[in-house]
Amino acid sequence: MSKGNLTRRGVLKTGAVAGAGLALPTYLSAAGHEGFTNAPTGSTVTLGFNVPQSGPYADEGADELRAYELAVEHLNGEGDGGMLNTFSSKALQGNGILGKKVEYVTGDTQTKSDAARASAKSMIEKDGAVMITGGSSSGVAVAVQALCQEAGVIFMAGLTHSNDTTGKDKRANGFRHFFNSYMSGAALAPVLAANYGTDRKAYHLTADYNWGYTTEEAIKSSTEAMGWETVAAVKTPLTQTDFSSYIAPVLQSGADTLVLNHYGGNMVNSLTNAVQFGLRDKQVNGKDFQIIVPLYSRLMAKGAGANVKGIFGSTNWHWSLQDEGSKAFVQSFGTKYGFPPSQAAHTCYVQALLYADAVERAGSFAPCAVVEALEGFEFDGMGNGKTLYRADDHQCFKDVLVVKGKENPSSEFDLLEIVEVTPVDQVTYAPDHPQFAGGALGSCNNGA
Amino acid sequence: MFGLNKKDASLLLIVAGLVAFAPFLLNPFPEGSAMAQFNAGYPDLMQRFVIFGIFAIGFNILFGLTGYLSFGHAAFLGVGSYAAVWMFKLLSMNVLPAIVLAVITAGAFALIIGYVSLRRSGIYFSILTLAFAQMSFALAYSVLTPITGGETGLQLALDDPRILESASASEGNIPVPGLFGLEMRDSFEMVMGSWVFTFNFGYYFCAVIMLIAFYLSIRIFRSPFGMMLRAIKSNQQRLNYTGVNPRPYTLAAFVISGMYAGLAGGLMASMDPLAGAERMFWTASGEVVLMTILGGVGTLIGPVLGAGMIKYMENIISKINSDILHGWFAFLPDGLEDLVVTMIYPFIGKGWHLTLGIVFMLVVIFLPGGLVEGGQKLANLFGRKKADNPKSASTEPAE
Repeated sequence: MSKGNLTRRGVLKTGAVAGAGLALPTYLSAAGHEGFTNAPTGSTVTLGFNVPQSGPYADEGADELRAYELAVEHLNGEGDGGMLNTFSSKALQGNGILGKKVEYVTGDTQTKSDAARASAKSMIEKDGAVMITGGSSSGVAVAVQALCQEAGVIFMAGLTHSNDTTGKDKRANGFRHFFNSYMSGAALAPVLAANYGTDRKAYHLTADYNWGYTTEEAIKSSTEAMGWETVAAVKTPLTQTDFSSYIAPVLQSGADTLVLNHYGGNMVNSLTNAVQFGLRDKQVNGKDFQIIVPLYSRLMAKGAGANVKGIFGSTNWHWSLQDEGSKAFVQSFGTKYGFPPSQAAHTCYVQALLYADAVERAGSFAPCAVVEALEGFEFDGMGNGKTLYRADDHQCFKDVLVVKGKENPSSEFDLLEIVEVTPVDQVTYAPDHPQFAGGALGSCNNGA
Repeated sequence: MFGLNKKDASLLLIVAGLVAFAPFLLNPFPEGSAMAQFNAGYPDLMQRFVIFGIFAIGFNILFGLTGYLSFGHAAFLGVGSYAAVWMFKLLSMNVLPAIVLAVITAGAFALIIGYVSLRRSGIYFSILTLAFAQMSFALAYSVLTPITGGETGLQLALDDPRILESASASEGNIPVPGLFGLEMRDSFEMVMGSWVFTFNFGYYFCAVIMLIAFYLSIRIFRSPFGMMLRAIKSNQQRLNYTGVNPRPYTLAAFVISGMYAGLAGGLMASMDPLAGAERMFWTASGEVVLMTILGGVGTLIGPVLGAGMIKYMENIISKINSDILHGWFAFLPDGLEDLVVTMIYPFIGKGWHLTLGIVFMLVVIFLPGGLVEGGQKLANLFGRKKADNPKSASTEPAE
């Protein structure tokens, strides 16, 4: 009780200590508080390029990184400007973003959600990145997207094709330019009907993970809608390298079409096995046996070699497109690296530019301002024709390419030919489409 | 102190000191300098240091004491993570129930796997544990997708029930894990000149748990139970002949070390609420073996050092790219600069595995006792006078 005595000296002491105690944290944490995570304070802004540099998609990752380096060059006003010259929005001046010079840090996702998140976290916490972009797998995209939402930075997805990225796992701070499984199905179905008829029996081999499931579902529902019948859908382990035991039962099943919902090395191996088994020379139900690969990439076509000839698939973009944007991009990429860019490089390059443009138009790096600028944004001149960033799910809607393995390739890059450019209306779906059901965007997060 | 002898107590104090001042120790270079690349004092990496420290400490209880080499320990880490994330989804974002359930689930899982695997010893035991872990991985990756989220991993969603929290998701953002209102990601930055030190609540939470885990491990090492485990390692047959059944002891050690792994998994999920199947992949199990051997098998502090070393290389070395190298060597003449960069390039960035491999080989060849032996040798070198009582306080070998 005697301690309760108030003396002048005691009050002053306590007051001074308490005041210092209260003031200390405010002073100490004053730096870098602009109302959002990693607000750029100096004359530079840091972007984080999180791409697979090791693991099964390392080739794509390397190409993505090349594209980002090119994009940074163009944003900083070096090089020939690439798509900045053809982009319909003219906000970017070639003087960085909002006058700040663009710098970047890189990380390795290893195509593992954990490693990708660790790498993204270090970019955010250590390097002060204000935007994370890249990746070559849907699992990684979804994981990093959730992290960015939590941390309050923008995520611009790289190559991710699963419906879930902008479906059940969508987030307000995440944006996807790449197309998705549903769009592949919707674009492929009419071409398949025109070439192979409407009464086929399909047999699916599906990579046993998230992307495989959504792709199988998308292809199934759009082919069944035009009259095809699905005989069976068999899951194959992602680590499988020899698919002969899966190919053998296909012929006994009475199916006359094989759909390979595989990507990367899986697709290269399963397609090679199928061709070696002579499936394509077979006649079933009075029809030639056919093989379909829903998601194609040039790197895969290269791996599968001559086996891809005449096989249909879909792709987001191809370097042989003749619009101004594609030509400008292929031109500056080719000049710098000596070969044409892949679709992964294209989508990453475009994402970097779209982000920079949105910041410029919003006049701020704050994630919520960027989200507002990107939502419902319509643009052109980026290689896919007129494109819309839909506000409901942050998915880009644009034309989809249906491609076919070229019969007589003229170079090691000229492996695919464009069969049809499916117009955007045909691949558009309602935001609450059953294949995208569940999940919610939530609200944008500015972070600290 | 705390029932420890003087050596162990001082070791515990040293570790506590290191852990408490880690934000300073790991950020020795000023912000913005070329060497800032090597700073490791950011929350995510510091959390990883202590979490994998816990994982390795637990692994060392099994491997260091009984000599049973489990090649499937990552399975328990994964199970712990999944359990913790499910608690976040169903119950609340408080980390305590999540961690408790993670430890219990991992312990139960270890009991089942250990009961079967421990019927064999040596290489057969290793293969059995490896098989179980790969089985768990395959289950988590595809078959059990509804429970584990498959390839994408188990994530929180806005519409999770979280029955103990009502208004949490009202602002449209998923709440973050915390301890009675204190968020794990809360950090506090201290600016001193050009140095920035980050103090993160999540890190200190993990650090306290790590110290408890470390203390428990010292007690186990010094207990009669620990002695029995060492007896199993040195000669199991003799133990059998003297009429002692070693199975209950090895099983207990296996379950304890599984619970440590579960604790680490639960903490990982608490720091970053996502559980992915890759956490259970066999390379993850191999990593903890590397950590323990790199640091020093059977020593108390070795596994923690090994864990720190590997995580440092994974997160720091792997992020150096060729541009940064060019920046460092810009002072050299052009031709020479390119040459130096070309020579170093294979060992950085995606080549960090190569660097790790070289370091691992050097350690195994020249320091079979791990980094701890290196420390001992240094201590002997510089403190000859104390030669008969070297600093082995921190480095008590197992045998």
